[in-house]
Amino acid sequence: MIVLLLFLVPLIGGLLSFFLKNDKTVRVWSLLVSLVALFLSIASNTFIKSADQLNFSAPWMGNLGSSFSLSLDGLSQILTLLTAIAYPIILIATWRTEYKKPNNFFALMLLTQAGLMGVFLATDALLFYFFWELALIPVYFLCSGWGHERRIPVTFKFFIYTFTASVVMLVTILYLYFQTADHSFAIKSFYALKLSPGTQSWLFWLMFVAFAVKMPVFPFHTWQPDTYEQSPTAATMVLSGIMVKMGLYGLIRWVWPIFPSAVHAWGDVTMSMAVIGIIYASIIAIQQDDLKRLIAYSSIAHMGLMVMAVFSENTTAMNGVMMQMFNHGINIIGLWIVVELIERQFGTRKLSELGGIAQKAPGLTALLVVVALANVALPLTNGFVGEFLMFNGIWNSLSDYRIIFTVFAIIAIILSAVYTLNMIQKIFYGNTNAVTANAHDAFGNEKLILAFLVIVIVVLGVYPQPLLNLGSSFVDGLLKDVNVANLIVK
Amino acid sequence: MNALILSTVSGVIMMFSSFLLKNKASVRTLAHVLLLAVIVVNFLELKNVSLFHIDTKDMLVFDRFALLFSLIANVSTLAFFLLSSTDMERVGVNYSDYFALIFFVLSGVIIAVSFKSLLMLFLGIEILSIPLYILTGSDKRNLKSNEASLKYFLMGSFSTGLMLMGIALVYGATGTFQTGVPHLFAAGKVPVLMIAGMMLLLFAISFKVSAAPFHFWTPDVYDGAPTVFTSFMATVVKAAGFIAFMRLFNDAFGDIQPQWKLLVGIIAAVTLFIGNLTAVFQQSVKRMLAYSSISQAGFMMLAIYSLNSDAREGLILYGAAYCIATIGIFGMLAKMNDYTFEGFNGFAKQQPVIAATMVVFLLSLAGIPLTAGFLSKFYMLRATINAGNLWLALFAVLMAAVSVYYYFRLIQAMYFKDGNAGVVVTLTPGFKYTMIALAAITVILGIFPNLLISWLYF
Repeated sequence: MIVLLLFLVPLIGGLLSFFLKNDKTVRVWSLLVSLVALFLSIASNTFIKSADQLNFSAPWMGNLGSSFSLSLDGLSQILTLLTAIAYPIILIATWRTEYKKPNNFFALMLLTQAGLMGVFLATDALLFYFFWELALIPVYFLCSGWGHERRIPVTFKFFIYTFTASVVMLVTILYLYFQTADHSFAIKSFYALKLSPGTQSWLFWLMFVAFAVKMPVFPFHTWQPDTYEQSPTAATMVLSGIMVKMGLYGLIRWVWPIFPSAVHAWGDVTMSMAVIGIIYASIIAIQQDDLKRLIAYSSIAHMGLMVMAVFSENTTAMNGVMMQMFNHGINIIGLWIVVELIERQFGTRKLSELGGIAQKAPGLTALLVVVALANVALPLTNGFVGEFLMFNGIWNSLSDYRIIFTVFAIIAIILSAVYTLNMIQKIFYGNTNAVTANAHDAFGNEKLILAFLVIVIVVLGVYPQPLLNLGSSFVDGLLKDVNVANLIVK
Repeated sequence: MNALILSTVSGVIMMFSSFLLKNKASVRTLAHVLLLAVIVVNFLELKNVSLFHIDTKDMLVFDRFALLFSLIANVSTLAFFLLSSTDMERVGVNYSDYFALIFFVLSGVIIAVSFKSLLMLFLGIEILSIPLYILTGSDKRNLKSNEASLKYFLMGSFSTGLMLMGIALVYGATGTFQTGVPHLFAAGKVPVLMIAGMMLLLFAISFKVSAAPFHFWTPDVYDGAPTVFTSFMATVVKAAGFIAFMRLFNDAFGDIQPQWKLLVGIIAAVTLFIGNLTAVFQQSVKRMLAYSSISQAGFMMLAIYSLNSDAREGLILYGAAYCIATIGIFGMLAKMNDYTFEGFNGFAKQQPVIAATMVVFLLSLAGIPLTAGFLSKFYMLRATINAGNLWLALFAVLMAAVSVYYYFRLIQAMYFKDGNAGVVVTLTPGFKYTMIALAAITVILGIFPNLLISWLYF
């Protein structure tokens, strides 16, 4: 039952927001809704853990073979928790940002949350597709309605890209549906499929592209930097912090167990794509002058590493992915908050026009440096734990090229240190100029949120065990199935 | 049967009503009341309550499929009346005649979807076509309208000729006009006469539903006709054409599927391709909708291609979803000053509620989940994959992704661009509520399609 509430609370809260007229009311209301969702998510992780609470199923479009089934397991728990934590953070951090028609803005934000929750909870393929689109549509309106001047063509490109990929996924789902023994969209029936390696191969690609566009994996990434740049920052946080995880989630939940032999067979190809993406994005990130684009490219690099880890097919790497999905969400939202603060205060995001803010805003600087170091995966930050596990896993993978992959991935870490430190230096150090002369420090609510993020970063960096425990039971179950399948193929 | 008789009688009543009713509002009310009566009678028939019975000598068969679609056609026409009947006043002086003609079209629709004999198919298609030729040309002083009417008439008569020839050949091959009679051909030996007749019928009906490469008349005719009547002919009439198409190929040619399957598949693919790709380049919303109707026809062709139970259910749902959404958009378009995309700039600021309903309709046409349009496309894909052709389904969804481009242009114009979209007449509360109701139906059918489809069986 609690899984249903996780989805229903933001949905109903969002629909009601459309009818609230006052700016203040709608902000408080949406914060309240997101806090309730957070409470539910924490509750589902701690004291409400009976099976009938964590699973929900109701008939829905009966004769189509689809049912409204939601379920919370380790993977879902990590991602719903991330979604639930991210929303209050985003809302508080952007509390002072002005929006025209705030009721529509916050309503669409909450509807996106409902879609995201649904994606992470659905255990029925058709339902999954529904939520996948439900998350996309409000984001399209958010970015097009409240973005910057080039928003219309840019978000349109984003929409067409993702939509095209997702309808291809729909056809694949339908094809799989007709292969199941009991003609059902339930995930169990999909997992029970025994497809021949040849069939798996091409179905795998049809499905993979849908998720690759979302993450994005090179060469499907071209929509991403533009969209991040042109969207309102609150929407960018949702896009980069949570929504890209939809792609990874889809890969782990809907591709791996269904096409195990194809995942194995094409692992080298997808890992090469990912590694090219990592290096390419890192090099471009170094060249960037615009803060938002810099972070956008850094996100491509980080996602690429996670894709590599998924395809290295072993427990260590998968545990790393589980950790990193959560941590990347936290870290990148932290970075976007700083971007938002800088842009609101100075009206520019250009590194070349900023400088010397540290003298005026020491609090902000200290907090950002920690977030940035976590982004570089320095030891004692949360980023380190996940990345270390992933490197370890990639090194131990079955691929023939595992050494090359690991070396390139580690080069990317060095590159990420280059652009991140460069960014910090250009924004915060040096002399103040005309733009930054009158800088003031972050406000209390913003400091509070950043401080909270820093605490999460450090705590998970020192003591990652709770998060690891959440993911590891799921990973063990997943790998057991898949390895068995691998043996059959060989 | 009852609905057919009643709608014909209604047509005659409307024709003579202008002698008695001088007031346009009373003509309009009379038309609404008559249509409501037709709907009630049709609904009762669906529930097996017949007011009277006429022996059609097995030439017409009123099964649930036919009755349900007639009901959808009648209800869509009612929605069309509610949204657009006031706009008909601006077309010309013969106000009551337009209603009469529409009732005659409805009679043709009912015959065409319930035929059991090829003769009735011919009659039905003709009865629904001829009033349309007149309606297309009803804006007498407009050259474009005249041109459209003439073009439609010439091309239409030509295709009628083809159809008649096809029927004659099929008769020659089988010795009967009845459909649904098992053919007694030796296995693999279908007479050339039969195949030729089938081909001619395929071409003729493809023309009527504007499937490529027989679609050339569509953009000009839809663009030239007065917008209110385009709304009607692009929706109810087209959907009816597909139901007739399906009946014909299911009953008469169902047992010679290998002979036409590939050809129909190609027609579907070409229609999808041409409709979508050309719609992308349109500057006028009206022309865009004309091409969109071609691309939607491509999707409906998938039902003819697959001919299974999914296809039957899906075509009913598709007809309803497509009619509702398109009638809604045309209803608004008919009241706009400027028919180009720019004419809609800033529309959401002026009419937030109506703009929101338009978004629902456009999302439905584009096939986005939670709308009836998505599920109807879903049924088509399911039917196609079930019939064993994954590639056609993949091609269709890629084309659906293209269609997002032009439908979303309208959303962008309404919501994200600044401008002052002008409307010709003030929008009445009735119009607004009808739009909201249609949008609500679109969403409800998108979540619970069984509300409609279960009527096929119970």
